[in-house]
Amino acid sequence: MNFDFSEEQQMLKDSVARFVQDEYDFEARNKVVANEAGFSDENWQKFAELGWLSIPFAEDLGGFGGGATDTMAVMEEMGKGLVAEPFAASVLMFGGLLQASAQSEERDALIAAVIDGSLQGAVAYAEPQSRYELKDVKCAAKVEGDTYRLSGEKSLVLNAVSANKIIVSARVSGDQNDEQGIALFLIDADAEGLSKTALRTMDAQLVANLKLENVPAQAICGADEGLAMLQQMRQQLIVALAAEALGIMEKLNATTLEYCKTRKQFGVAIGSFQALQHRMVDTFMAAEQFKSILYRAVCSIEQNESADSIEINVAALKAMLGKAAKHIGGEAVQLHGGMGMTDELDVGHYVRRLLSINAAFGDGDYHQQRFANLSLAS
Amino acid sequence: MDINFSEAELAFRDEVRAFLKDAWNEELASQAKQPGSYKDVQVAWERKLNSKGWAAPLWPVEHGGAGWTPTQSYIFENERAAVGAPDVSPFGLKMVGPVIYSFGNDAQKERFLPRILNADDWWCQGYSEPGAGSDLASLKTKAERDGDHYVINGAKIWTTLAQHANWMFCLVRTSSEGKPQQGISFILIDMTSPGITVRPIVTIDGEHHLNEVIFEEVRVPVENLIGEENKGWTYAKSLLAHERTAIAGVADSKRNLAEVKKLAAAEVNGGRAMIEDPIFRQRICDIEIDLMALEFTELRVLASMSKGNGPGVESSLLKLKGTEIQQSIQELKLDLAGYFGTVVQDGASNEQVGHDFGDVARRGFMMSRAATIYGGSDEVQKNITAKFVLGL
Repeated sequence: MNFDFSEEQQMLKDSVARFVQDEYDFEARNKVVANEAGFSDENWQKFAELGWLSIPFAEDLGGFGGGATDTMAVMEEMGKGLVAEPFAASVLMFGGLLQASAQSEERDALIAAVIDGSLQGAVAYAEPQSRYELKDVKCAAKVEGDTYRLSGEKSLVLNAVSANKIIVSARVSGDQNDEQGIALFLIDADAEGLSKTALRTMDAQLVANLKLENVPAQAICGADEGLAMLQQMRQQLIVALAAEALGIMEKLNATTLEYCKTRKQFGVAIGSFQALQHRMVDTFMAAEQFKSILYRAVCSIEQNESADSIEINVAALKAMLGKAAKHIGGEAVQLHGGMGMTDELDVGHYVRRLLSINAAFGDGDYHQQRFANLSLAS
Repeated sequence: MDINFSEAELAFRDEVRAFLKDAWNEELASQAKQPGSYKDVQVAWERKLNSKGWAAPLWPVEHGGAGWTPTQSYIFENERAAVGAPDVSPFGLKMVGPVIYSFGNDAQKERFLPRILNADDWWCQGYSEPGAGSDLASLKTKAERDGDHYVINGAKIWTTLAQHANWMFCLVRTSSEGKPQQGISFILIDMTSPGITVRPIVTIDGEHHLNEVIFEEVRVPVENLIGEENKGWTYAKSLLAHERTAIAGVADSKRNLAEVKKLAAAEVNGGRAMIEDPIFRQRICDIEIDLMALEFTELRVLASMSKGNGPGVESSLLKLKGTEIQQSIQELKLDLAGYFGTVVQDGASNEQVGHDFGDVARRGFMMSRAATIYGGSDEVQKNITAKFVLGL
């Protein structure tokens, strides 16, 4: 039994940490997110050169062949630096779905283009009415010869502004909430009939609402396979985003501790007050417990436990993420006092990213409900 | 990242299961349910463990321990809790035993260790005093040298199961010079010595676990002093480091939570099982998720210790979080008992009303309140964590 990273994983983790330390301080990051794309192309090319964009892909597709542990190692360090480049959206989500779809020459070429950094991708799964349900799909797919035409709306699509290709969930048959009849389709970002409205989220990311009117599309899976693929993607992304959240929680706790050791009031460092010490012990424990449940989820995936066991661990992880994010984020602001309320300090930026991650793929309450259904089923 | 057990560890688990099936048999399990059976059951159980060589898993083999790895210890704990067998009484095997083999002389080791392993002596712990609780170092019970003896005067309090004990390991003041911690000695006291009075303290569960122990001119041979005079604080502190692994009580909490789920499926309110009640479900899930995390926190500590490293910073939350979870499970159980959780069995009569877990739930809930007070209260634990982990 051990919880160590392999030598290769440790090197990967160190290389991301070094990038954040040398090239991605808070000031540099603020410049990056002010770009039109919301991230830096130059950084993206660097990620490609360093091999990071190849991590989740199989070796025969030109990838690194990494698993959940490798993704965790990278995401935790990216979290500490609030890295805005669309690693999750383009590589893990878009690339992950491509990898899970049926093999074809075109698919392999697209994956190669993700790996070399020349292609940006996005995945459109949420709709205005769907809230957190992946199966709530109104967007309709109609057969037209060898291809399909998609019509409907998709909400808050990560990286859609920069994406060259977008994977869209759409209904081939059945009613709005049926689990069957959902397929995934690939569309061009500049396809006729597609219009995008860009929006900025509180964590400085650019997202877009999509309107689709008879957009030409190509199916990448069967009509009854779409939901399972989305669920699989959600599972992987929850673990990856939880690792990012862990990095943020560790960073916030460290920043707050440092502040309390140096900030003086009433003639002494405020960290000497027992009321504050105990609150920092509580946030320290919350982060350690969160790390433990993340390790639990990662181990259950890496060791091929049963599908139910993995689902239960991942639901527990996301449920705990919601609580820990609000607790640790809230305390970081509180203990920084008035400074914690300012946009000038990095604390609020980390807190906002945590809250975005809480909402991503269903918040803590949603996953606690899923956990209850899985765990209390007799 | 690897939490798979090795072949050897899996074989060990099978051996544990086979042992438990035989040793924690129906006879012992049903005897344990009888009131007043605690000591007899513990002694019988610990002797079975000792005859297998498993009474002291983490003691070095040369002193009669099993010499288990932390992982073996974890496996045993889970299997033990799963069948409902009790943990060993901590005072001899987990507390004074390690102090004796670490700091005692050869004569003391020969005299006491085999008797501890075989549950021949019942030990109690003489630490807290009426005026020294969380501030333990302010203790005043005095030991004055008189020839070959120390003469002891003072009082200890909250002494668990002293009514069963024939030995006490005790912190006494042998000097008032320097810092309070510097004048404390660690001494072993025969509880049958003249001048000792044990007074029962009935606790909020209506039971007699605790005592006050008064010393009046009690003569203790100098040969019962452990290590050097005035070094007792150091020995007492090292004791805290010995039993990190089971301190969180994860294995027992898992069993207790599973039991609550089973009871909640059977307990019906307004035609609906309590396990379907949305608020009750939420409370179960809150605790279960915390417990799932704590199990891995404990595994992280074990993994670190297996490599010969210290237990790591995460170990500091084992007691805080573990006892919080223990109490929350007891709360669930008491609430589940509803009206019947308020009835005191053997109060006015022994009539059984409603389901049979109400009395157990009430006592368990009340007694569990002690978990965040003994062994360093929550607040003291947080002070220690703030100082040594956060550097405040």
